[in-house]
Amino acid sequence: MTSTVLPQAATPVKRSKLRRSINDCIVVTERNLVSYVRIPDQLFFSSVQPIMFVLLFRYVFGGAIATPGMSYVDYLMPGIFVQSLLFGCVSTSVGLAEDLQKGLIERFRSLPMARSAVLFGRTISDAVRNIFVMILITLVGFAVGFRIGTSFGLYLVAFALLILFAFCFSWVFAFIGLSASNSETAGLMAFPILFPLTFASTAFVPAESMPTWLRWFAEHQPVSIAVNATRGLMQGGPGADTTHWVVLTLIWSAIFLAIFVPLAVWRYRRVG
Amino acid sequence: MTAAIEAEGLTKTFGGEFLALNGVGFTVEEGTVLGLLGPNGAGKTTTVRVLTTTLVPDSGWARVNGLDVVKDANKVRSSIGLAGQYAAVDANLTGRENLRMVGQLFQLSRKDASRVADELLEHFNLTEAANRPSKTYSGGMRRRLDIAAALVVRPPVLFLDEPTTGLDPNSRTAVWQVVEDLVANGTTVLLTTQYLEEADRLADNIVVVDRGAVIAEGTPATLKATLGETVLDLGFSDVGAASAASKLFVSSWPAPPVLDGSILELPIDAGPSQVMMALRKLDEAGMAPTSMTLREPSLDDVFLSLTGRRAELGEDN
Repeated sequence: MTSTVLPQAATPVKRSKLRRSINDCIVVTERNLVSYVRIPDQLFFSSVQPIMFVLLFRYVFGGAIATPGMSYVDYLMPGIFVQSLLFGCVSTSVGLAEDLQKGLIERFRSLPMARSAVLFGRTISDAVRNIFVMILITLVGFAVGFRIGTSFGLYLVAFALLILFAFCFSWVFAFIGLSASNSETAGLMAFPILFPLTFASTAFVPAESMPTWLRWFAEHQPVSIAVNATRGLMQGGPGADTTHWVVLTLIWSAIFLAIFVPLAVWRYRRVG
Repeated sequence: MTAAIEAEGLTKTFGGEFLALNGVGFTVEEGTVLGLLGPNGAGKTTTVRVLTTTLVPDSGWARVNGLDVVKDANKVRSSIGLAGQYAAVDANLTGRENLRMVGQLFQLSRKDASRVADELLEHFNLTEAANRPSKTYSGGMRRRLDIAAALVVRPPVLFLDEPTTGLDPNSRTAVWQVVEDLVANGTTVLLTTQYLEEADRLADNIVVVDRGAVIAEGTPATLKATLGETVLDLGFSDVGAASAASKLFVSSWPAPPVLDGSILELPIDAGPSQVMMALRKLDEAGMAPTSMTLREPSLDDVFLSLTGRRAELGEDN
């Protein structure tokens, strides 16, 4: 079977520790993106879900929900953007749990690579995927009557803010993925977190109609804050207080990173 | 000779109670093959995981190429290759992409990683399948890719965790050939296996583990000598008949006979004449077996003779 001689060993490139980590991170990110492209059905169905949410809320609930100062579709779309990107984070936990289950993490851990590269590679590739989701939903939104009330520049600011927010939030899911016993559980564990955060929020309906205790939660939790910031940037309007919400969104993003990056890396070192 | 792998008193407990390793220790000289033999759950994979730095032991120490697997973990990782059941290739990537990825993670340049990948694919006869996702590979091809991935930087020490479990006989022979080639080139190999035949063919030394501890150690020849080369299985109509027959051999046979239900197992170490002697004894006593098989000793026999009990299917990690 093996007629040829074994290949000559190649010499590793001399790089600083930081350069090595960046290299590892890029290699893992590339590998994840290739996997996404290789499984087109997964890509297809993960795009179908946000489109369905746009259509359902726009045409089923839209008529029954009164929104102050703007049409429902303009009110809805910022909520849909945030919800879709956060739901996309499920793939962070499922992806890591699958790598763990299939023994890929074991292979990575036996290689002389940066301990954080597998996690950053995963969260970054999910952020790249989120860019496509964001563009896709924007187009669907335009098709059902969504219009930007401010300017295209501010829409882009909102775009960037949400990709960043989702990236930071996905570290929560990196930690979950490494803690779950298998990928199915990792997927299921996401929903008790995502449903209350996205639905008990100002994403789809104004909080005024909720009971007092729920209203307090809905007005202060991070998803609502990100939605308010997005709505302010995309629609503006009197009393939008956009700067306030954008700053709060950035603060929440920093909090997610500060807590869950160390937790996820700690989990990665001890997993298995 | 210098030691490529040394382990001493390794222990590891999972979930606070399951003692996976209970003081495992051994030495592997440079350029030799050690066969770590044992049933499922004996602690083979856990031992490999400690030696390849993916698991930190509770106590004990281990060195690979003179480097401590806990303190110098990252340096150890640069000088080892790992292939086997728990370290996989990416099913969605092609064979070439998998190897290139591993090369790049060893800090090879893109160009070097691609060259090494192509050469390895050719060496392992995978060139035709190089651009297909590895999930389309057969079991034997995937195993070869897995071993190729462990060889990207030509590591001086190679760990193979059950490299042939689940493979058909042809693929198994192919994997054996790969290992023999590597050893001929000076690589030190630690391989775990459930097959005595595999350890016999590849290993210079065998360490038998059971319940997380070493229960025997030696060259294949010494281990087999203590067991008898061959086993004669004599089947009887019922347990009673078999037990009556075993009494004929208890004191007079060189190695003790083993009773397994209605089957009497006789170790044979002196060739055909000893088989004839066994049959003559039975004939003289007026007993006739209903079936007769002559076979090589199995892992089960090793276990039986070392521990007095059959190899049990333990928790498979």
